[in-house]
Amino acid sequence: MNKLVSMRESYGEALLELGKDNPDIVVLDSDVAHSTKTIYFAKQFPDRFFNFGIQEANMMDAAAGLASVGLIPFVNTFSFLATLRACEQIRSSVAYNNLNVKIIGSYGGLSDSYDGASHQSVFDLAVMRSMPNISVVVATDAIETKKMVRGIASIQGPIYLRLCRNEVAVFFDEDYEFVLGKANVLRQGSDLTLVVTGILLERTMSAADELAREGIECRVLQVPTLKPIDSEAITKVSEETGALVTVEEHNIIGGLGSAVAEVLGSSIPAPLERIGIPDVFAESGDYNQLLDKYGMSCQDIIRAAKLVLKRKGMSKNNR
Amino acid sequence: MAETLTPEKREYLQKIADKIRRNVLEMIYKAQSGHLGGSFSVAEIVSVLYFSEMRIDPDNLDWPDRDRFVPSKGHCAPAIYAALVLKGIVEPEALSDFRQTGGILQGHPCMNKVPGIDISTGSLGHGFSVAMGMALGARLKKKDFNVYVLLGDGELNEGQNWEAAMATDKLFLTNLTVIVDRNRVQLDGPTKKIMPLEPLVEKWKAFNWKTKTIDGHNIKEILEAIRWAKANLRDPSVIIANTIKGKGVSFMENTHEWHGKPPNQEEYWRALKELGGQEDE
Repeated sequence: MNKLVSMRESYGEALLELGKDNPDIVVLDSDVAHSTKTIYFAKQFPDRFFNFGIQEANMMDAAAGLASVGLIPFVNTFSFLATLRACEQIRSSVAYNNLNVKIIGSYGGLSDSYDGASHQSVFDLAVMRSMPNISVVVATDAIETKKMVRGIASIQGPIYLRLCRNEVAVFFDEDYEFVLGKANVLRQGSDLTLVVTGILLERTMSAADELAREGIECRVLQVPTLKPIDSEAITKVSEETGALVTVEEHNIIGGLGSAVAEVLGSSIPAPLERIGIPDVFAESGDYNQLLDKYGMSCQDIIRAAKLVLKRKGMSKNNR
Repeated sequence: MAETLTPEKREYLQKIADKIRRNVLEMIYKAQSGHLGGSFSVAEIVSVLYFSEMRIDPDNLDWPDRDRFVPSKGHCAPAIYAALVLKGIVEPEALSDFRQTGGILQGHPCMNKVPGIDISTGSLGHGFSVAMGMALGARLKKKDFNVYVLLGDGELNEGQNWEAAMATDKLFLTNLTVIVDRNRVQLDGPTKKIMPLEPLVEKWKAFNWKTKTIDGHNIKEILEAIRWAKANLRDPSVIIANTIKGKGVSFMENTHEWHGKPPNQEEYWRALKELGGQEDE
């Protein structure tokens, strides 16, 4: 069992460190600074922190204005509010103008579990992925979060970063380097590939372990950047393993599964199953219980892996 | 910049406004698409901003110290484009490609296509917030530029404007001036019928803004109001400019019918005549 570390704590600390090094970093929040942990930055740099109250739309457009005069705004709120309440602001002011705004979607996926479906964010990736100019990244653990904060600040252009509210298992060490648009092979195997983004990496690795005990060797491709998607890496695993399962804490429509299917459709197709939320709103409850209940359990991944393996065999026999 | 308004200068700024109107008419007639009414109503305001009050340098468009202008009612783009051409920032030839495939002059202002545009607008309700971000940026970057935002009165239906009004006051941004083009007509009809705004001045006052109501077609009043706003370093300032939608062409005035309709040939010639066309072009 890997160590559990809070992703938002890590984010708050990383943002504070970034603020020390770069005077152009400004932080905007909409009355959730104690939740998103921008409060650390706020305390140290009150002149560069702006609490907009509960005004997500106004905040997002203001960020565009700040970026247009050379600042690097980090805009913070819950993921569903950032990408849906302020969606048209992102489109019209941030994306269309290609401005250097960093949109941080905290409480991504089902991670605000007890608050229920009203606060959960399960189609943010679909929305952001369909918007020109914006890069879309999803953090996996506390270390990657820290690396991403540095990384996205150093890249010119609008970026959406999705974070998880909770403590999640740590996989990466300090040597890890986040490169926008690059996927990482975290486990070798040749029977099939589990393609995963975000905090479901832990479940994906467990599934791979369990499958290995049954003699099925999974490759694990971790995809921190949904856009631009690493087509090369996906094509390669498709070619070399011939079957894929995507794993994401998101509606199965429009997220990682869709992105991978798009790549496969125009390169080397292979049997594909998509693990994610089956196009429904979830409910209140314990985070892990919700992930299990809404189609993202370890067993769901294992079942999907066996299914694609079977289809892979069938398609081979048909050749 | 702060010289007094001589009769000559006043006449000059009015002539610019008249030229803007004629260019607007021509652009929209040629494209058979675009917004006449709301472009005509802002002609004097645009003239005073670009040709007297704004600190901009046509030879150095990216000058970090330049004043910023956010025409939040982006459908007045033809008036802005005309001003940019008269200012020597946009090539005159571009006007004939207004709204055409491959042309730079988009239906609504696009900062990455049109030189001299500080931010893209068009979808209503964004510009005020963006301008507020720019004004805040000026403070952080220790710059003394001013930010001007032009709002349509219909646009004030959008609640986000009132978010921005609240936040500008909180952030104490006195380098931001809001100008409301109060032409009292929106796409579907009179503002008073579609979504009543009154008491408008009181609304702004309730948000802690200083207000000044002027005749938005009077060069002197516009100029003085802008200088009043600039000089007020204690409060955010809004200028309510009473204007006439379609101003300058009798049959286009005060009606929503000419919000977004292009003129036919006969209407074009009649309008051009009323706008004093063919006199000094």
